[in-house]
Amino acid sequence: MNASEITKKYYRADKLPHIWCPGCGHGTLLNTVVRAIDKLGLNKDDVCIVSGIGCSSRASGYLDFNTLHTTHGRALAFATGIKHANPKLHVIVITGDGDASAIGGNHLIHAARRNIDITTICFNNNIYGMTGGQYSPTTPIGDFATTAPYGNIDKPFDLCNLAQGAGASYVGRGTAYHAQLMQKLIENGIQNKGFSFVEGLSLCPTYYGRKNKKGSAVKMHTFLKDHCVDKKIVDKKPEMAENKIIIGELYNNQKPEYTDNYKVIIDKFHNY
Amino acid sequence: MSNKEYKLLQGNEACVEGAIAAGMRFFAGYPITPSTEIAELSAQKLPKYGGKFIQMEDELSSMAAIIGASLTGIKSMTATSGPGFSLMQENLGYACITEVPCVVANVQRGGPSTGLPTSPAQGDVMQAKWGTHGDHPVIALTPNSVQETYEITITAFNLAEKYRTPVILLMDETVGHMREKLILKDPSEIKVINRKKPTCKPEDYVAYRADEDLIPPMASFGEGYRYHVTGLTHDETGFPTNNNEISGKLIERLNNKVEKNIGEMSYYEEYELEDAEIVIVAFGGVSRSAKSAIDEMRRNGKKVGLFRPITIWPILEKQINKISEKSKEIYVAEMNLGQYFLEVDRIAGKKCPVNKICKVTGELITPNEIINAIYGGK
Amino acid sequence: MFQRIEMRLSGSGGQGVILAAIIFADAAIEYGLNAIQTQSYGPEARGGASKSEVIISKDEIKYPKVINCNILLALTQKSYDKYVATLDKNGILVVDKSVNVNEDVSYKVYKIPIIETAKNKIGTHMVANIVSVGALYALLEDGVIDMKAIKKSISERVPPGTIDKNISAFEEGIKLIKG
Repeated sequence: MNASEITKKYYRADKLPHIWCPGCGHGTLLNTVVRAIDKLGLNKDDVCIVSGIGCSSRASGYLDFNTLHTTHGRALAFATGIKHANPKLHVIVITGDGDASAIGGNHLIHAARRNIDITTICFNNNIYGMTGGQYSPTTPIGDFATTAPYGNIDKPFDLCNLAQGAGASYVGRGTAYHAQLMQKLIENGIQNKGFSFVEGLSLCPTYYGRKNKKGSAVKMHTFLKDHCVDKKIVDKKPEMAENKIIIGELYNNQKPEYTDNYKVIIDKFHNY
Repeated sequence: MSNKEYKLLQGNEACVEGAIAAGMRFFAGYPITPSTEIAELSAQKLPKYGGKFIQMEDELSSMAAIIGASLTGIKSMTATSGPGFSLMQENLGYACITEVPCVVANVQRGGPSTGLPTSPAQGDVMQAKWGTHGDHPVIALTPNSVQETYEITITAFNLAEKYRTPVILLMDETVGHMREKLILKDPSEIKVINRKKPTCKPEDYVAYRADEDLIPPMASFGEGYRYHVTGLTHDETGFPTNNNEISGKLIERLNNKVEKNIGEMSYYEEYELEDAEIVIVAFGGVSRSAKSAIDEMRRNGKKVGLFRPITIWPILEKQINKISEKSKEIYVAEMNLGQYFLEVDRIAGKKCPVNKICKVTGELITPNEIINAIYGGK
Repeated sequence: MFQRIEMRLSGSGGQGVILAAIIFADAAIEYGLNAIQTQSYGPEARGGASKSEVIISKDEIKYPKVINCNILLALTQKSYDKYVATLDKNGILVVDKSVNVNEDVSYKVYKIPIIETAKNKIGTHMVANIVSVGALYALLEDGVIDMKAIKKSISERVPPGTIDKNISAFEEGIKLIKG
């Protein structure tokens, strides 16, 4: 399907153009979500997109599925209710670094712990963009933000490690530059029966880029291109990991899934 | 189930019986005294009815999960007490603006903060109305017995479904934990209301276009009506808007759908009120103390009666007004420092003196305390 | 003729006085009376002072708590000290043998080996609450609750597998009063 067919089929064209700034990585990442859904041939009526609050979370409004734009940090809690109540729905959460790991960090680790069949896609731009450039739990040490005028002293999260440690059964990292990889990771995540976490490294030329003198959006994309290395390569040549961000499929391990486990209880006790 | 079936149950347990009878098939919650029995019995019973229970990581997520479940067409509820109710306020507001039916039981305990976890209080009267930010509709119901908890829980679900808004069951520890006889109703005797669904084709569905009754039909996720739900102020399509006029109209409609239908949700009891010169206003556990006090005072010839609001919100302005015209004096007895009193005094205060009988020790107000307050006033 | 009785059952948390009160309330409604059972306890599940109340009445019960305590059970010194002052002057006090009581009083005092009976006759102090139920039952006016109703209530409320043991405990409790 070409771009205009994709747009016609999956986007709410009357809600475009989107609110994202020129050069922002979110548009590319959203497109990888849509293309993954298209590739898997999911029925639009069975897909539910849930988002929280922030730049990333505006994504839900642009897509022609069952869409739920929730409160800050709580997307996964709403999504858990939806999936548990109706396991037939494909529930996909689109969230951001602050939404998923600061205000929503507790919901992230518990959704991962339950291994409930939800695919979480985190657009990580290392900053709070919607509120104008405050540091987030993924802002690197030493970087600047409006609330870190003297440099950030908070140690950042590795979101993929966090999700894996908490119990996710599928974890991957792509970027706004590595769009094909990102799409493949999302496809795998949706197909995984369990909690999947796919981090998409995005970029914010408006706030993070400007505050930290990262140059143009093109330059920031080039940075992603030059500083990421696929886990498959690192597995063969560990020295390639030096000073690099590791992308690709990071963890894939089938485990019992929450709604399946609950179905066992219902099948055993349902008698009214 | 025969209509003569009865059990000795706690108020909290009766709440679950009522909820299931009303069609509740999803419960998300977090343990907190004195409401925990509602979660425990839901966990035990729901799978038997093909329903779902989940213990969430906190009350924020419990409230979120029941909204998510309700959007798939499943009747859902949560239960909590003061500290958890505070955490639920965020998504309670979300349920109000997105018009998602659900029921929240708050079994009140002493506060503020951790307060008195195992003791009764009624300190959340105003929080139930104003706890979440912004102007929003609230329906809050307060039972005073195990039987009424069962019945009013069914009503709570019916109102939530009919008006597409969260309904709060404002219980207190006294009623939640007391055990009394509950007579279960035969399903044929129970009136169950389900939310209005769209009858149009999916392509013609405008998710937040209200009918004349101010309530938009609600499609479930997964039924083919793909629509958008947001906590942002939205237009009738459900998408965010910054249009001032549309924003104002939305908030007015949300409030009007409750306020204009107040007659449909005005539940109250009048006890010995016909010739009463002195009227006690009390609700929940305290109303039972008031009845005992009234019996005692009536034996001594004092013309005292009770007005017991079951509907706490919206405020029963018409009924309180009527009382103020007939009575010489009103006493509001409640386990807080005078929250419902503020409303009664606002409505009745210009026509007759309104006094308060308050107690925040973590104990139920006794009949004697009410009697002494009234005789002390003479 | 019986119209109304108010009982307060107290002990330390974990002794099962709440269950004992539930059994009376259950039996009373089974027998066609009105009953209400309430309790108060500390935030801890074990060890703190525990109090449970039951009111049984032919009429509707409005105020749900005890006002005129007709019968007080105290299994511990602490609960006796705390609640004895609330007992009606014509009431009945039932205490475990281990409790030191003031005997110069207007109410009737039954100082009986509840915990010892549970341990020695039944083999576990766990059933002291059901021994108490037997003793209190024996002190009720004849016909307030019939024997069938209270035994049914015990059987339904105790853990399955312990029914026989608990029925024996109940009967031992009756013997402590009636001999």
